[in-house]
Amino acid sequence: MLNLACLVPIFPLIGSIINGFFGLRIGKNAVGKVACGSVALSFLTVLLMFASLLFTPAEERLFEQVLFTWMAAGDFAVEFGFQIDPLSMVMMLVVTGVGSLIHIYSIGYMHEEYSYYRYFAYLNLFMFSMLLQVKGNNFLIMLIGWEGVGVSSYFLIGYYFEKKSACDAGVKAFVVNRIGDFAFLLAIMYIFNIFGTIDFSDVMHMAPEKLIYDSEAVTIICLLLFIGATGKSAQIPLYTWLPDAMEGPTPVSALIHAATMVTAGVYMVVRCNVLFELAPLVMLTVAFIGGTTALMAATIGMTQYDIKRVLAYSTVSQIGYMFLACGVGAYTAAIFHLVTHAFFKACLFLGSGSVIHGIHGEQDMRKMGGLKKQLPITYMTFLISTFAIAGIFPLSGFFSKDEILYHALMDGNIILWGMGATGALLTAFYMFRLVFMTFWGESRVDPDVHPHESPKVMTMPLMILAGLATVGGLLGIPLVHGWHALHNWLEPVLHFDLASALEHSKHMLHANGEHAPSWGHLLVEPEHNVWVEVSLMLLSLGIAITGIVGAYYCYVKKPDLPGKFIKGQWGYDLVNNKYGIDELYDETVVKPTVVGSFFLWKTADQKGIDGGVNAVANTIGWFSKQARVFQSGFVRNYALFMVMGFLVLLILMF
Amino acid sequence: MFLTFLTFLPLIGAMGLAFIPKEKEGMIKQVAVAVAAADFLLSLQLYAGFDMSTHLMQFEYSIAWIPSFGVNYHVGIDGISLLLYIMTTFLTLICIIASWSVKKRVKEYMIAMLALSTGMLGVFISLDIFLFYVFWEFQLVPMYLLIGIWGGPRRIYAAVKFFLYTAVGSLLMLVAIIWMYFEVQQQTGVLTTDLMYITENLNIGLDAQKWLFMAFFLAFAIKVPMFPFHTWLPDAHVEAPTAGSVILAGVLLKMGTYGFLRFNLPLFPFASNVFMEYIAWMAIIGIVYGALVAMVQEDLKKLVAYSSVSHLGFVMLGIFAFNHYGLQGALLQNLNHGISTSALFLLVGMIYDRRHTRLISEFGGLAKIIPVYTICFMIVTLSSIGLPGTNGFVGEFLVLLGIFQADGMMAMVATSGVIFAACYMLWMFQRVMFLKLDNPKNENMEDMNCRELITIVPLIILIFWIGFYPKPFMKTFEPTVEHLMTRVSPDNFRPKKHNDEHHATAVDKHEESSSHSEKPKEKSHH
Repeated sequence: MLNLACLVPIFPLIGSIINGFFGLRIGKNAVGKVACGSVALSFLTVLLMFASLLFTPAEERLFEQVLFTWMAAGDFAVEFGFQIDPLSMVMMLVVTGVGSLIHIYSIGYMHEEYSYYRYFAYLNLFMFSMLLQVKGNNFLIMLIGWEGVGVSSYFLIGYYFEKKSACDAGVKAFVVNRIGDFAFLLAIMYIFNIFGTIDFSDVMHMAPEKLIYDSEAVTIICLLLFIGATGKSAQIPLYTWLPDAMEGPTPVSALIHAATMVTAGVYMVVRCNVLFELAPLVMLTVAFIGGTTALMAATIGMTQYDIKRVLAYSTVSQIGYMFLACGVGAYTAAIFHLVTHAFFKACLFLGSGSVIHGIHGEQDMRKMGGLKKQLPITYMTFLISTFAIAGIFPLSGFFSKDEILYHALMDGNIILWGMGATGALLTAFYMFRLVFMTFWGESRVDPDVHPHESPKVMTMPLMILAGLATVGGLLGIPLVHGWHALHNWLEPVLHFDLASALEHSKHMLHANGEHAPSWGHLLVEPEHNVWVEVSLMLLSLGIAITGIVGAYYCYVKKPDLPGKFIKGQWGYDLVNNKYGIDELYDETVVKPTVVGSFFLWKTADQKGIDGGVNAVANTIGWFSKQARVFQSGFVRNYALFMVMGFLVLLILMF
Repeated sequence: MFLTFLTFLPLIGAMGLAFIPKEKEGMIKQVAVAVAAADFLLSLQLYAGFDMSTHLMQFEYSIAWIPSFGVNYHVGIDGISLLLYIMTTFLTLICIIASWSVKKRVKEYMIAMLALSTGMLGVFISLDIFLFYVFWEFQLVPMYLLIGIWGGPRRIYAAVKFFLYTAVGSLLMLVAIIWMYFEVQQQTGVLTTDLMYITENLNIGLDAQKWLFMAFFLAFAIKVPMFPFHTWLPDAHVEAPTAGSVILAGVLLKMGTYGFLRFNLPLFPFASNVFMEYIAWMAIIGIVYGALVAMVQEDLKKLVAYSSVSHLGFVMLGIFAFNHYGLQGALLQNLNHGISTSALFLLVGMIYDRRHTRLISEFGGLAKIIPVYTICFMIVTLSSIGLPGTNGFVGEFLVLLGIFQADGMMAMVATSGVIFAACYMLWMFQRVMFLKLDNPKNENMEDMNCRELITIVPLIILIFWIGFYPKPFMKTFEPTVEHLMTRVSPDNFRPKKHNDEHHATAVDKHEESSSHSEKPKEKSHH
């Protein structure tokens, strides 16, 4: 059954080709069917494979399928192959599952569009790339998918290509991602340099033997990998593209910029967990970057009025949580949050799409309000997902976020936990601010617009996703040992024997004649304390409720309060301007590059180098002109020169 | 003999065209296409009959030409030249099809194209230095005419610049060739210009090697063109007709890189090792510089021309990485550049035919009216950026992998080129294809016609073919690269006689910069 792996990405590819080339001819109906059908087929195939994987013993859950040799040069050979293991299975299920729902939703959302076919061709292309990325059995196949999703995202952000802002956002997304890819590429080359292979299972297998714990090499590799991840997953310092990416159609934001693509960085870090485990310094960096991003994006989210931008910053913030989890070594928690986030954030984005659709394209929350009566299904599903993201028991977000916070405290430190907990407070606040401003209170909708509930094809996916957001927490029931299904499932991938790795490192250091530092304290496992966990749960539940009550007070009870509070506060202005990071990058990177390039072209190239070339030509030309005097054409002159030359010769001879 | 036939077939065709009255333009074009197509199809036979397990010359043919000087007509083909040869016949065919819209002096145009083809093919198969030099200079003439007669407004300036620039470089090469000719005669008593014989038997010290290397280097570096010898390229490209640009980018520039592989490396292995680091840095400067300057160009063709400087920087970098990955990557990137950049020039030529301008600011919003063209342009753009899954990536990655083995710092700077590539290509694409269609002159543009599709589609197929399955292409290089590697490897010339001090330094230098595991770690210090 697992041999079907190669079919999974092929279905969307075929769909993309059909829609891309014949989309206009076969008509809208067929385009939608082809697109959704191909993704649904992928989903079914993945389900079959999942079942088959489920019935294999845990230790044997690794299946590799090699199609052909992609590139080969000397001893460097890359296979075009797929790797099916519990981790890639989780990702495939999320990608194809949520992907199918969003494809169906898109049929309704994009119905009025002329270039409907183009949209679906891109969306299928995205599915193809994303599946390649999560299934590749080596770094380079992952990179095909990695950059492929970048290109699809570029196409989809710039889908409304007549809008300059959309085009700019697309290019920005691609270029910023490329900066990450640059680091990722270097990391791959470095890995090949050390291991002589870039196959995931080989590298992870050999890593403890070839790399010394906390050595320079592994630190650089992991740092480069992480920079790659920050590009794709919109973390500090490369997060600026994601809010701008909201220029794309809303289902795209749901699929690519919330549920799947942006979590690719997390997937990559978890996939390389063995390497990261060997680089404690980078782990700490990952945790702090994640925590800082979670906190910073949440503060910006509180000040935005564009409904999609609030959700975009929320996404950045939530991915920050996932990296925080990775950084403290809680990979299961990271993947758990990735899954639940895919459910509730996809639902939130699609819900916002439904709102935007219902009030004819308005995205400003100041022009919404009181929509819960007109859009009941959207409201209900949106509310459920909001409770989930805020971390209210027993919805999915509660479990995944608490697991992260628990590990941040136990495996990390109190600062990391503090960042996470503050972030949770802000999350609850800005999400309910969103709900109250959009659905509650007086209607501020343009009186000419009559809000309406979306068609079934759009509300069905919403309901399914809300359902998943509700029960998703069952994947990882805490407290009771052995009930954490996701943990048990991922165990074979995440199993890492630190003790033997340290032993290897010691040997290698001794062989080099160096002394190994004492690593004994690293092996002390913190006791799993149920009571600490329970009290932390109660605490964070309290935090979430505080945030909700705060939002209720500010936006329902006394709606004029926030206006008074923020007026003239420089701190608010700073946050509202997104800390001026975009402007900073513009001034320090973009402008100098463009000005420098102009200088290189106009001055260095045209005046300097080409000027030199022309100067040589002109000098020769000048000398020739002077020499022309001698070729006057008058016989008398020639005779004179002859006589003069003769005289000179005579003088020289004697 | 087959090789000779293939090489001279276009020239015979050109002579045949001379007898057709110039009024019969349709017939002239048909004959030209037929000749080029026959040449291309027959040249595929070379691939079929090529033995991929050996580095030795194949389809070899040798006959005395000027016996009193020891000049032979000696031709042959190996892994380095096979695909370049086939690409030349292929691009000649595509160019002739793409030149259907030429109105001026069709007969002379087609004759020039076919003669150019013979000249280029000759360069890639010559195994006699004298013969090589003859072809090398011969192909300049038709190209000069193509730019000078069928070119744009500043065509005379560009044509003369192109001609003089290349000629100056090749004159020094001629001096070097003559020097080697007499040196070999002195050493072995044989009066010959046979490249294979000279490569095997020339035994010269490092100082002489350095001078000879530099003479050849100048000729080839101008042709490539490497920074800072590149300024003839933008002018030549801008003024050349579409087919001229395609040939220029697709084949002529490859002669430079081919020259390095055929002459500089095997003939002067010591000197190559000595200069390796400098040339690699020059290539890296070219990569970044070309990309940055390309970013701010206002003329589409100039943009593509500067992107060529950047891409060929990758090729040169791969060659002077001096290892297997780098060389294979460089050879593949050579082809890739021929495919992607040719496609870009064809595409630019198409909108030039419609609008008679190439200024980026004149366009915008074309995606809405010419969708097929947009798709093609997008694919080629992505290939030029080096997106994984297209041909550009495979070559670039191998080159970078190669240079990473040699020096991590170099790899880091060179890899930054991939960021700039995305900047200039996508920015250009946005300004031409996307945004609002606000120039009324563009409103009635027609989408690609059948003939134009015929020229582009094969290139697009190649883009994905090499991107996903480069094996049929790469395996042709393998034994030759292997052989070249041993030839330039410092281990190879240790036991040789001329083991004076200079050689020792050369060896040390190489070892210093190619010790595999240590060097990349240095990156962190910077």
